[in-house]
Amino acid sequence: MADRTAAVARLLIVDDNKVNRLLLARQLELAGHNAAVAENGRVALELLRREPFDLVLLDMEMPEMDGFQVLEQMTGDLALRDIPVIVTTSLEGIDSTVRCIELGAEDYLHKPVNPVLLKARIGASLEKKRLRDRQKELMRRFATPEVERDLATSGFALGGKRVDASVMFVDIRGFTTLAESQPPEETIELLNTYYTLMFDAIAGHGGIVSLMIGDGLMVIFGAPAPLPGHAEAAVRAALEMVETMALFSIERERAGKAPLAIGIGIASGAMVAGYVGTNERATYTCVGDVVNVASRLESHTKAAKRPILIDAATAAALGGRVPVEALGPVEVKGRAAPVEAFAVAASSERD
Amino acid sequence: MSDAAIDAATFRELQEAAGAEFVAELVGTFLDEAPRMTNALAAALAAGDADAFRRTAHSLKSNAATFGALQLAALARELEQRAAGVVAAGDARALDALLAEHARVASALAELKDG
Repeated sequence: MADRTAAVARLLIVDDNKVNRLLLARQLELAGHNAAVAENGRVALELLRREPFDLVLLDMEMPEMDGFQVLEQMTGDLALRDIPVIVTTSLEGIDSTVRCIELGAEDYLHKPVNPVLLKARIGASLEKKRLRDRQKELMRRFATPEVERDLATSGFALGGKRVDASVMFVDIRGFTTLAESQPPEETIELLNTYYTLMFDAIAGHGGIVSLMIGDGLMVIFGAPAPLPGHAEAAVRAALEMVETMALFSIERERAGKAPLAIGIGIASGAMVAGYVGTNERATYTCVGDVVNVASRLESHTKAAKRPILIDAATAAALGGRVPVEALGPVEVKGRAAPVEAFAVAASSERD
Repeated sequence: MSDAAIDAATFRELQEAAGAEFVAELVGTFLDEAPRMTNALAAALAAGDADAFRRTAHSLKSNAATFGALQLAALARELEQRAAGVVAAGDARALDALLAEHARVASALAELKDG
């Protein structure tokens, strides 16, 4: 058989009847597909969990494990739920058709399978799968694995829920000046390196990036999945980020380029997290007073000449495990009442 | 319904779709597998296993329809639907018509395969 290429789809035929298996395999082969066979549901699931498949042709009536059980298991398995299933059966009655559709079958073909219909349905299913795969790929690129999993398990719905979390804002200091002093290509490359370093530190401490604007980042610790000790996780991520940027600056200076510094603001407490936007374009984010405080603290890092500023709730949650310095009440833009700010000492500062 | 064991139009369509040579092989597989299915029907009936009886009748119905054995498919379908009753009654004679039609289909298919 020829090597698997992008154009050749790999299909799995599941049927306990040998004549049906051979005939379907022949029809698929003639249509230019690559097919594997399984004689019952149990064998099919073993194969599906071992090798990648683009589509499953599933018989319903089988010994050991029938098609309904296979559909149930596939729907409950994140790795298998997106593989389209075309049910091929001679079961009669609307009941079994309805049950298959309810269990997530993509299409339904009556046996003996008409080759022209088979070809058309397979083509349509594979096209849908390609679109879904592309969406998943885009999702991977633009969302974090946590948000992707949350979407996969609970589905997409606009609207939020109350969570207890920490939110972090990050910015490169003097980025605009820097961007003006160098060609845009260099800025893009710099941003990509910066994002790679920041995302690594953030993900390593359980945070998810909610927004990216220019050189600015908004990060959530504690949603969509609850994160015990989210305040400390956020502070430890911040320390790692500042330290990473210090190392990156040393490299830049060796290459004759300007060093980079970042400012980070963190606040903790109750907020509302969820998908905000429209059904076509939405982002996972959180809103609330805590979010404003974190954003303002980040803005204040420049005036305070401290890389990391946190609010009282975050400082209290640290329980002395990370040294902080109380800066007292700080007047921040956009808020009537001053905010109690605490500076976290980054090791690069102590040097 | 025609009196022929195999509906010529269905069989020809199958040959056109899958290739005559392949269909000859497929008929060979069916002739090998079919006695196992008819034996399984009798065994399920004797053992009182209505589920196995229904599943086997279902499988036989599906294969018969593939080759255009329309009467065999109809008889298998009837047994599939009446499986619970037939097995509960231990009605071995319910199989007679199906076994006779199966023999007729097998010889017709053997002829078509070599012809």
